[in-house]
Amino acid sequence: MRVLMFGWEFPPHIAGGLGTACYGMTRGLAKNGVDVIFVMPKAYGDEDQRFVRVVNASDVEAVYREDGISEALWNKVSFMQIDSNMVPYSSPEEFACEHEKWLSAGERNLRRGDVWSERYTFSGAYGANLMEEVARYAVVAEQVARDLAGQFDVIHAHDWLTYCAGIAASRVSGKPLVIHVHATEYDRSGENVNPAVYDIEKAGILAADAVITVSNLTRNIVITRYGADPDKVFTVHNAVRFAPGDDMAAERFLDDKIVTFLGRITYQKGPDYFVEAAAKVLQRTNGVRFVMAGSGDMMPHVVRRVAKLGISDRFHFTGFLRGAEVNRMFALSDVYVMPSVSEPFGISPLEAMRSNVPVIISKQSGVAEILKYAVKVDYWDVDAMADAIYGLVTYPALGHMFADKGHEEVTGLKWDNAAAKIKAVYEHVTGAEHNAASI
Amino acid sequence: MKEITLFFQVHQPMRLRTYRFFDMGRDHNYLDDARNRTAMQSIAAESYIPANEMLLNLIRKYDGRLKVSFYISGLAIEQMRSFAPEALQGFRKLAATGCAEFVAGTYSHSFAALAGREALEKEVELHTAMMQAEFGVRPTAFFDTAMLYDDAIGGMIADMGFKTILAEGARHVLGWKSPNFVYANPQDQKVRLLLRNYRLSDDLAFRFSDSRWNEWPLTADKFAGWIRESEGETFNIFTDYAAIGAWNKEQSGIFDFIKAFVDNVCRDDDMRFATVTESAAAHQPIGVLYVNHETTWADEERDTSSWLGNELQQEAFGKLYAQQENVRRLDDPDFNHVWQFLQNADNFYWMATKWFTDSNQQISGSPYNSSYEAFINYMNVLSDFINELARRAESSGIEFAPLDDKTTEKPTSIINP
Repeated sequence: MRVLMFGWEFPPHIAGGLGTACYGMTRGLAKNGVDVIFVMPKAYGDEDQRFVRVVNASDVEAVYREDGISEALWNKVSFMQIDSNMVPYSSPEEFACEHEKWLSAGERNLRRGDVWSERYTFSGAYGANLMEEVARYAVVAEQVARDLAGQFDVIHAHDWLTYCAGIAASRVSGKPLVIHVHATEYDRSGENVNPAVYDIEKAGILAADAVITVSNLTRNIVITRYGADPDKVFTVHNAVRFAPGDDMAAERFLDDKIVTFLGRITYQKGPDYFVEAAAKVLQRTNGVRFVMAGSGDMMPHVVRRVAKLGISDRFHFTGFLRGAEVNRMFALSDVYVMPSVSEPFGISPLEAMRSNVPVIISKQSGVAEILKYAVKVDYWDVDAMADAIYGLVTYPALGHMFADKGHEEVTGLKWDNAAAKIKAVYEHVTGAEHNAASI
Repeated sequence: MKEITLFFQVHQPMRLRTYRFFDMGRDHNYLDDARNRTAMQSIAAESYIPANEMLLNLIRKYDGRLKVSFYISGLAIEQMRSFAPEALQGFRKLAATGCAEFVAGTYSHSFAALAGREALEKEVELHTAMMQAEFGVRPTAFFDTAMLYDDAIGGMIADMGFKTILAEGARHVLGWKSPNFVYANPQDQKVRLLLRNYRLSDDLAFRFSDSRWNEWPLTADKFAGWIRESEGETFNIFTDYAAIGAWNKEQSGIFDFIKAFVDNVCRDDDMRFATVTESAAAHQPIGVLYVNHETTWADEERDTSSWLGNELQQEAFGKLYAQQENVRRLDDPDFNHVWQFLQNADNFYWMATKWFTDSNQQISGSPYNSSYEAFINYMNVLSDFINELARRAESSGIEFAPLDDKTTEKPTSIINP
């Protein structure tokens, strides 16, 4: 089985959970004997003018080299990067903002003299807005699919930025399209959906031969809000990857218990509920500190709220954390809280559990479907959230129980198994399972 | 006889380094030494050192007829000792002429006055002692941070024994009255107020280099002429010392302007220079001036909203002064030092959001990219300081004051209940 996969980020340069998921998934697929050509956007600087480049897996993997993954395994995966300034997790409005900055930093034009540029000289620069860039990306994807004709059996596209690319590639190659829904516009924006984004999502979902959702929660949204045929929507829960160094114990310098929120500070992640719960806990006990790690458009609002509640000497902000800093933050934490208003899956609680941290998650998250040893509360129920935090930091036995059992539980969630399910979906759409059965 | 009072503020904040949550409990070096050194050395080279030298030469040249007054914050003195001793030496030479008056104020360039009498007294006590040690004279006049003043603050300062207070000649306070006369504080009428003539002061400080200003270029004859034509007894030109050489660069002609202006005044029999104390003593108060609300020399509002206008600033200010009693009980030199620079008003100024709605913009002169960053970083430092304070108290067996709600009250309510 050979798959042409359209993603939008890959470690080490990631802004959120999708890159981590793609990494684990690609690795799991390789172990299951699936060849993957991973295509992703990447904005290059002025020095290089190619629109598409094939990247050595070992280059992309530079940061993860030490985890002992075999070269043989990575031989099954190849990477292509398409020159694009598409930014993960951005709304069209934010993109417009970023694009302005990018333009003022100096627009550049295509130069000739390169094999790839000769082939992809349909456009001189990045699209003027995100929608145009998505369309441009689809045009490049179409050409990529033509060039690679015969080298893949199925197309797999992740989230709305790449749906158009997936559809285009599917049309020119005639190969079946699988789209993977990690989040929908309803998760990102509540009821205030951006109709242009919604339209692309709907087009992708309807055009696909199969839709993979990361939870039953998302599966329901895809069926009820986007009108997908339930028979072609499959839930494959994400898993978590273990790497050496994850269990590192960070030396602690504060005597207080640490309660952590780690994620983008946006509406979707429910940071304000965390703040309200923190204020309630601090009314009862003083030996706790709250940490909000991440950045996002709600940050000023949250900082002001913290000041207003008068808890800023016990509520700290770290800004955006990367790689080792994330592990360090988990190692320092006594409780991890994910109060997401809407979370299609939510991979970060699994990472916390892997670091032996008890977790509190909102019932409105996909990950709540598969976890037993996590405290589950409604995101809006700040009293219940405060209760759970207080219990976990005050009664050590409770905390230990959740940490131990949780670690055990999360160890059982392997990407190899999730990838096997994805492979089954590939086989379903390509008809390979029938062949296999007839043989 | 018209008295002309030149008064300069000298202050440099001690900037905090980027202090992260991960540093808490482990690393208690809060200051950005490199940045503070660079800032102090550059302002000293541009402004303090050449301006001191110029003033010293002028005092000698005109036989002591030039008088100047200074407020130098304790933080500035400490940093001059470390990074720019030549600048400090210049101030000592000026002091030795007897023609320079050194005015009392807050040690940390703080708004301790808004945190209550005890906080203010401590700050003034430290500053007065430092002035006496550095310049050999005990100050008799008082300048509060950013010219902070109202009737109650004036009363507290009077109780500490100061006879002259500098204040802003704010339009909303004066109404039809002129800033060019001496006034009295209503609570203690022996205390005399010298009001800043903000037009003349800002002409010198902010407009001197502005070629779009319709009076540009400003000449000494024109400037002295304005004073000559104006009615009044005392003309108070109060500004930051950085106005000479830093805000207005040397090539703007500011040094030549000062020289020519001094020459012009010294040749006029109806005008003379005076230090703030001399100027206040030379004239009877023309009346009592009532100031019900806190005034400062900042912005159009002339109030404290740049420092304590939003919830971030009020929270940080309240959390800081809630520790006042604990710091006093512990009385450890290391902790006292941190307590000083955390009180500095610049810390709160950098958290201001009054000029823009989302405040994701940088305040000029701020070491931070946004007001929120300023708040987060300050609170990280303050939280660690509070934590260490408690640890030290525990290990040395000192009992801490329980946190009662009064100490965390919003700062503005302390003065105006």
